[in-house]
Amino acid sequence: MTVLETERTAPTAGATKDLHTESPIAAPAEPQSRNHRKYLLFALFAFPNLLLIAVFAYWPILGNLLLSLTDWDMISPFPNFIGLENYTALFTDPGFVDVMRRTLTWVVAVVGASLVCGLGMALLFNGGARGTKAVSTLAFTPHVISGAAVAAVWLFVFDPNYGLSRLLFNAIGMDSPHWTTDPDMALSALIIVAVWKGAGFVAIVYLAALQSIPRDVIEAAQLDGAGRWKTFSKIVWPLLTPTTFFLCVTQIIGAFQAFDLIAMMTSGGPAGSTTTLSWYIYEQGFQEFNIGSAAASSVFMFIILLVVTAVQMRFAERKVHYS
Amino acid sequence: MSALASLTRETTTAAGGRPPAKRRKRHLASYLLLGLIALVFLVPAYWMVLAAIKPNDEIYQWPFTPWPSEPTTENFSAALAAAPFDQFFMNSLLVTTVGATVKVALAALTAYAFAFLPFPGKKWLFLGVLGALMVPGHVTLLLNYSTISNLGLINTYAGIILPGLGSAFGTFLLRQHFMGLPKEVLEAAELDGAGHLRKLWSFVLPMSKPAVITVALIAVIDEWNDFIWPLLVTNTLDMRTMPIGLMFLKQSEGLDDWGMIMAATLMIVLPMLLLFLFAQKYIINGMAGAAVRR
Repeated sequence: MTVLETERTAPTAGATKDLHTESPIAAPAEPQSRNHRKYLLFALFAFPNLLLIAVFAYWPILGNLLLSLTDWDMISPFPNFIGLENYTALFTDPGFVDVMRRTLTWVVAVVGASLVCGLGMALLFNGGARGTKAVSTLAFTPHVISGAAVAAVWLFVFDPNYGLSRLLFNAIGMDSPHWTTDPDMALSALIIVAVWKGAGFVAIVYLAALQSIPRDVIEAAQLDGAGRWKTFSKIVWPLLTPTTFFLCVTQIIGAFQAFDLIAMMTSGGPAGSTTTLSWYIYEQGFQEFNIGSAAASSVFMFIILLVVTAVQMRFAERKVHYS
Repeated sequence: MSALASLTRETTTAAGGRPPAKRRKRHLASYLLLGLIALVFLVPAYWMVLAAIKPNDEIYQWPFTPWPSEPTTENFSAALAAAPFDQFFMNSLLVTTVGATVKVALAALTAYAFAFLPFPGKKWLFLGVLGALMVPGHVTLLLNYSTISNLGLINTYAGIILPGLGSAFGTFLLRQHFMGLPKEVLEAAELDGAGHLRKLWSFVLPMSKPAVITVALIAVIDEWNDFIWPLLVTNTLDMRTMPIGLMFLKQSEGLDDWGMIMAATLMIVLPMLLLFLFAQKYIINGMAGAAVRR
């Protein structure tokens, strides 16, 4: 494609033929051995990384499939093959159905709220008022901060006795809810924190997309007498579709795998009220040692996310060069 | 930036026909909203810093005081006494530096190979790299644990670092960038007799500085903040990283010493905050730009 292509095709190209007349025999042999050297070099450069990817990204997918058909407990030397039992057990377990319903609530709430808040902020930032740069950077910051640390701060904020929550609720004459210890509140508390952590990133991505909309498109609409809302709903929002689509998919993938916030704030509790699929896999695999069940749940998560990604690839135009 | 300016201009021309009072009102509204957003992000941060430097009895004193009577470092020493945060810090530092460096090196070498070297079936190998982008980390945990355990690397630095070294995203991003480089320079380098390693080190990498810095920064941030893998693969206190150490502190000390926990939290947050402060251009553009440009 670059240097190599010209090099490989040079001896056969008609124009350069005269230049190579001095060694007509060596010419075809040389690129051959050179190519072999380049293959070797390719292998040296790329294979360590490719091996790591194969072992730590691809093998787990296959291994999960295999383990999900067994009753392994991580201790016994050989797992027993038990067919699809782990899957039938999962899908007939009302507890797991609850986990999936909760996961769905969690994903929809986190992704929906992050996108709405993010877009709202992006539209505001796009107005370009003074101080916008600082505020948008501030909003982005939680995205680069450890989830465990964010969770710790919010645990304190939510503390009904000494946290910010008490201060705010006292100010309006109420008692603070017991955010993380009340089964009816805990998931909402986690959703708030996840949105706080992620909305700034969404805002920055949306802002970049807004700024790439050609100015004359919007001016033309305005000349036609379109108001602010109409310009947004008929021009801006449709132009943002690819971005919205991309954000939806990446945020869904992230929300499905959310772990550090849950581990730090609620450990899946109280009374299982924050046990999402990601926590369930951890619990089954690394606390209960039901490896087969954890593997089956992992396969299930993988399939869901694969479908989500496939939908994106189907509908989003791809701009990747493959060769 | 120019697009941003143009959109602003567009709103002002559009608002030109309206009475100036209305325009001023809208400006006021957007400043108010900006202020509100700033508060939403600043107040929890303030809440953390405040508790970290407040004497313990003042944290639990109600009515609440918005400023410590006398700022103190006692919470930091309490955290260090309750858990070996100096050790956690060194562990995090080591894992992050080694992990990110090797990861970026591997990504650059692989990207170079894919961009400039021939190999039979290269196209399929690259599809394999792209495919790895679609593998969710969470579903690899069980098997990676078993692989690392079979290698005898549980509770070692190598065990923490190894599964994260393979780089699909970095390879992809750098390859895209390498392929956009001016061919003339590389051809000239070739004529000068530069080998491939030299071409990579002296020409391709310097010409791709922003992309390399972006990949490196994202690797550092991911490595420092990583939670579930170091939690699974380490099992003694002296091998824990900062985020796991924080969870340990919370579990062992309960939630009745907020000053200490917030001091520990601040220790985890500060390095990445500083990094972000100095390199925000690369981080924001890299993370958001990769998303939009695709």
